[in-house]
Amino acid sequence: MRLVAHNMLQCHVKGCNSNNFPLQLSNVEIEIQETDFNPMFLRNILPKLEWNALVKTALQINITTLPNVLPDTSTDDLDDEFLKMLHRVLLETHIQQGKMICPNCNHVYAIKDGIPNMLLNENET
Amino acid sequence: MIPTPNLDHISSRDYEHVYEPAEDTFLFLDALEKDAEFLRNEIKPCICLEIGSGTGCISTFLGKILGDGTALLICTDINPYASAITIRTGYNNSIQLESINTNLVNGLLPRLYHSIDILCFNPPYVVTTSDDLYSSRSIIEKAWAGGIDGREVIDKMLPLVDGLLSDKGVFYLLLINENKPNEVREIMKNNYHLQSEILLSRLAGREKQMILKFWRDTLLKK
Repeated sequence: MRLVAHNMLQCHVKGCNSNNFPLQLSNVEIEIQETDFNPMFLRNILPKLEWNALVKTALQINITTLPNVLPDTSTDDLDDEFLKMLHRVLLETHIQQGKMICPNCNHVYAIKDGIPNMLLNENET
Repeated sequence: MIPTPNLDHISSRDYEHVYEPAEDTFLFLDALEKDAEFLRNEIKPCICLEIGSGTGCISTFLGKILGDGTALLICTDINPYASAITIRTGYNNSIQLESINTNLVNGLLPRLYHSIDILCFNPPYVVTTSDDLYSSRSIIEKAWAGGIDGREVIDKMLPLVDGLLSDKGVFYLLLINENKPNEVREIMKNNYHLQSEILLSRLAGREKQMILKFWRDTLLKK
């Protein structure tokens, strides 16, 4: 699971509807897998990200390169240096093992071999 | 012509745990290929989502159509074996897939509200009893057992489509005649203002399979 996907996941335990995002990373194993740089895709996905959540999550795994405030995406002057840094964080940083903990209800979702398990028991849905 | 994804990494033992691509899968691939130009040049997707990815064959093929790295390809499956094989299929065909082990889209909504540009679903469509569906003896049965009219899982997904699709989003759904496709099209039109067409259909043995395509009526279709 790359950080771009983590940015799209939230807790869905029954009744857990607020403060349930982003899921907090814990005991994670990180792997960097290089992939082709595609500035067009990064520009497209940027408005779909929850930036604050991404910054917060990155800090949990000691990535401090993201600016606290997202550069203005309406203008086209996102420089390559910024996009390459974002590429590394969003698309090349894989969470292979670990846990994701809901900040609200503390439910733990496991990540195994790069796959988050979002399944709940029947009494939790 | 885009080649069918290479599935050599999947063993016959794997197919005891995950649905093996069959006529329905290949019809899905052919439908996407038929729409390839439309998807590349008009939809220009940013986020794609496949529900019940199984081997990952369909999303891998979609990745080949779009080009690796041009869109985020998210795959969900309730079967952990399928989620694992999905990633491997992408990897073996040089397509990066995001595989999530979940039921339908649990954990992705409301975060991905109106965000999905291409939604694909090859559902469990086989007509069975409700009991078959809920007391599935094996995980693989979940891949095809559809309950009454083969519609029980499909009908859980239909109300979620409107919330998922972006303004320009398209939804591809495989159905067979027994699933009452006209009724499905009516539901989507009346409840969610989604237009539809039968993009492709084929006879597989006695089974009439088809790919329905849905889009918002605000989206001008070529």
